[in-house]
Amino acid sequence: MLSVRDLKVSFATRQGELRAVDGLSFDVGAKEVLGIVGESGSGKSVAMYSMLGLVRDANVSISGSVKFEGREILGLSDREMQRVRGGEVGMIFQDPMTALTPVYTVGWQIVEQIRAHTEMTKVQATARSIELLGEVGIPNPRSRVNQFPHEFSGGMRQRVVIAMALSCNPKLLIADEPTTALDVTTQAQILDLMERLQQSYGSSIVIITHDIGVIAEMADRVVVMYAGRPAEIGKEIDVVRYPRHPYTWGLLGAVPRVDSKNSRLVTIPGTPVSPLDVPDGCPFAPRCEYRMTICDQRPPLHGSDDHLDACWLSDEQRLQIRPTPEGPEARP
Amino acid sequence: MAALGVVLLVVSACLLAPFYAHDIAHVDAFSSNLNGQIRLNGKWVSVLQANTQGLGLGVTPIGPTWHFSNYFLGADNQGRDVFTRLLYGGRATLLIGTTSAVICCLVAAVLGLAAGYFGGVIDWIISRVFDIVWAFPIYLLAISLSVILLTSGLNVGPIHIGAGSLLLPIIIIAAVFVPYVGRPLRGIVLSLKEREFVQAAIGSGASDWHIITREILPNVAPTIIVFLPLMVAFDMLTESALSFLSIGVQPPSASWGTIIQDGLGLLYTRPWVAIAPGLGLVLTAGALNVLGDGFRDAFDPKAKLRGSI
Amino acid sequence: MLSFIIRRLISAVLVLFAISVMVFLIFFATPGVDPAARIAGRSASPAVVAAVRAAFGLNRPLPVRYLLMMDHLFIKHDLTSYVNVNTPVIPQILHAAPVTLSLVLGAAVIWIIVGVLGGVIAAANRGKFIDPLIMFVGIAAVSVPAYWLGEVVNYFTQSKFHSSVFSWVPSSGYVSPLTNPWQWALHLLFPWLTLAALFAGIYARVLRAELVNALNEDYVRTARAKGLSERRILLRHALRCSLISIVSLFGLDFGALVGGAALLTEIVMGLPGIGQLTYNSLQNLDLPVIMGCVMYAAFFVVFANAVVDVVYALLDPRVRVA
Repeated sequence: MLSVRDLKVSFATRQGELRAVDGLSFDVGAKEVLGIVGESGSGKSVAMYSMLGLVRDANVSISGSVKFEGREILGLSDREMQRVRGGEVGMIFQDPMTALTPVYTVGWQIVEQIRAHTEMTKVQATARSIELLGEVGIPNPRSRVNQFPHEFSGGMRQRVVIAMALSCNPKLLIADEPTTALDVTTQAQILDLMERLQQSYGSSIVIITHDIGVIAEMADRVVVMYAGRPAEIGKEIDVVRYPRHPYTWGLLGAVPRVDSKNSRLVTIPGTPVSPLDVPDGCPFAPRCEYRMTICDQRPPLHGSDDHLDACWLSDEQRLQIRPTPEGPEARP
Repeated sequence: MAALGVVLLVVSACLLAPFYAHDIAHVDAFSSNLNGQIRLNGKWVSVLQANTQGLGLGVTPIGPTWHFSNYFLGADNQGRDVFTRLLYGGRATLLIGTTSAVICCLVAAVLGLAAGYFGGVIDWIISRVFDIVWAFPIYLLAISLSVILLTSGLNVGPIHIGAGSLLLPIIIIAAVFVPYVGRPLRGIVLSLKEREFVQAAIGSGASDWHIITREILPNVAPTIIVFLPLMVAFDMLTESALSFLSIGVQPPSASWGTIIQDGLGLLYTRPWVAIAPGLGLVLTAGALNVLGDGFRDAFDPKAKLRGSI
Repeated sequence: MLSFIIRRLISAVLVLFAISVMVFLIFFATPGVDPAARIAGRSASPAVVAAVRAAFGLNRPLPVRYLLMMDHLFIKHDLTSYVNVNTPVIPQILHAAPVTLSLVLGAAVIWIIVGVLGGVIAAANRGKFIDPLIMFVGIAAVSVPAYWLGEVVNYFTQSKFHSSVFSWVPSSGYVSPLTNPWQWALHLLFPWLTLAALFAGIYARVLRAELVNALNEDYVRTARAKGLSERRILLRHALRCSLISIVSLFGLDFGALVGGAALLTEIVMGLPGIGQLTYNSLQNLDLPVIMGCVMYAAFFVVFANAVVDVVYALLDPRVRVA
């Protein structure tokens, strides 16, 4: 349904060209949940925003191909893109505290979106927004619809944002770190809500996160991004249980586990590369324990069975390094 | 950058005023020259001429000669060389503008830091004073102070400032603008105080003095630097307004404001007397405003001064 | 909302009280100044000075003096000028106020329209040719002394081009709108433009900055993601939120101008308003009139501020609960 090929996003800055996204390709099928995971600054949000024309920087240049339901949407005119945004593609943002315009009631804002994309009257749209608020689990939607954003808690506001994103029955929902700004219990509630709504609305979802736990809970397929490039792509179960790229190993190792005997938090050594000077070869090489000479060349995305990675290590080497049941050879 | 150039150009031109008066124009900018004569195109011309335009204004000073060395912009109604007075007036205006802006920023910094850092009663008192002065039309306040102080000078205990002193407008202008700088600074200090590094310093038992000078001041300084050129522009405009109302710089001293006032009566016969100092003000204040905007972009994009006076 | 208005009014009264104390202290408690001689005027006889001293209770303690002054000003309404003997102060102010109000109201309409348009156009065209142009004009407007601009305008309309382009411009002065509305507008046209030029520049600059900030806010990104048009995003979302700060700025400026801050424009343009009255009484050191004018000014400023806060609460729902 969504098919992205070789997406490149770069910004012309005073320090030179900043390559935020460099050769990203993936597909999202109908009713599929795709997770994009990576550290902050890995280009995952920029990739999504640039797809939808939400990057307004005059110095940006975007290339590649983004096909939504078979139609190329990269380079659409503003007016055509407006019909896609909010109508066929809904978006949920990271910080619900600032995502809503403070001077309008939440109902007004939902009605605004509905009326921008449908022929509904104000009365119909208001009824629909009350219905939506109820669906996302806001108590007393009939009275809350006339309240202002500041009268809602963070979790409740995120529910409003979700209601708004769903208001025009979008075929695709893009969620940019939807739970990052929320506290832990609210995070779980919001994830449950999104899963439930995904079932009932049948939308596809692209969920952007740095939290591999969110991926494990929600995603069918995963893209692991590092420094604007895809490091590993595959089914959620493959990537989480049989990771192939050293960066993914690090990411998985960095998840604190309750049952772990080792109570120290594992971190990936080193710091992410600056997007201003991504190495020509493998971008992860400077931080990689298993660096080889060949890593100075750019590794191609390769692999089999819908599980790709960009690493020069051979299967034998990987088995040696990670000879656990979760190693590459233990695949069922 | 061009703005900085303009400011420097104006400042250096005004600093060269005595040199121009003595060595180029050979005039005294401050004493009347009712019977003076100058050589113009090989002819001797009186500085003040009998009115020929039938406007019934008595004598008219000569207009601009456009000869750089001699009554470049003409004379005022006392026969004084306008261009020389323009340079001297610029000195006064720039001096008052700069000093009062510096004093104002210093006082505002002290008050803003004290109010923001110590809070409590100190904050309450300082903030209320700020509020009241803030709510008051700035010109009316300055005018009230000037009227009351100008006839007798300022006498507080052993301090005595004469009525004709330039110090008087400097102090008045500095005082009325203190809340304009102090209020935003207080807000910045308040939010700085909540920041981790200040909390850490407080927690580790550092003295108030240490925290203020080492932790808070360096973070407030950029804002003060941004405000400074804007305040100089504000203060110059205020000075000239007060002088225009003859309650700022007192004769025989000149400032751009007093020259504009001199020019008011000559507007329809010798417009350059009023127009030239105004252009000087617009140019300098405009350049300072551009400079302030540049500083803002460079140091502190969030710094915000009240827009109008 | 009602309790908000009441609270705001109480604080307005308190500020008014504080300002009256401040004005009183400036005129009556400045070290080294004899207020009796001031009120009596420049060349008053000792007998008049003594009478003033008695009338204002100048030999009594400061608080009593303050109350006496306020009594003369607000309750008995019998504060009189000592320069123009037996001219009461209050009627003079009431006579001058409509002139100032006419000047400021007309100018405000112009500067709000021009300023908001300029700010919106500049913000909508960031990075294009017109944006720096508008901002340059804005900076120039902030840097121009209002009285000087008035003089230059006078020079061009009354002298230089009066015989050609501007022959329709009447000589300066004021005509009541009740006697002749057309002449009223015609006489005030250039004073309006002069005063408005300055503020239009300021407002365009402030609004542009606010709009550019607002356009970087998350809620604008949300609005884009909702598929709204850029025009709607700019006007309904960004501008609506930016107007809040413009309104508070407007309140301060409007109050100050009606209160007499337009005096420079009034003097240059020959309008007998509050500013002119203040200026004339300054020239004569007519202290009772000055006090009256300053108190009147303070009243307008505080009143305008209170109105602004109420409008603010209407515009910004977050303030209402606080």
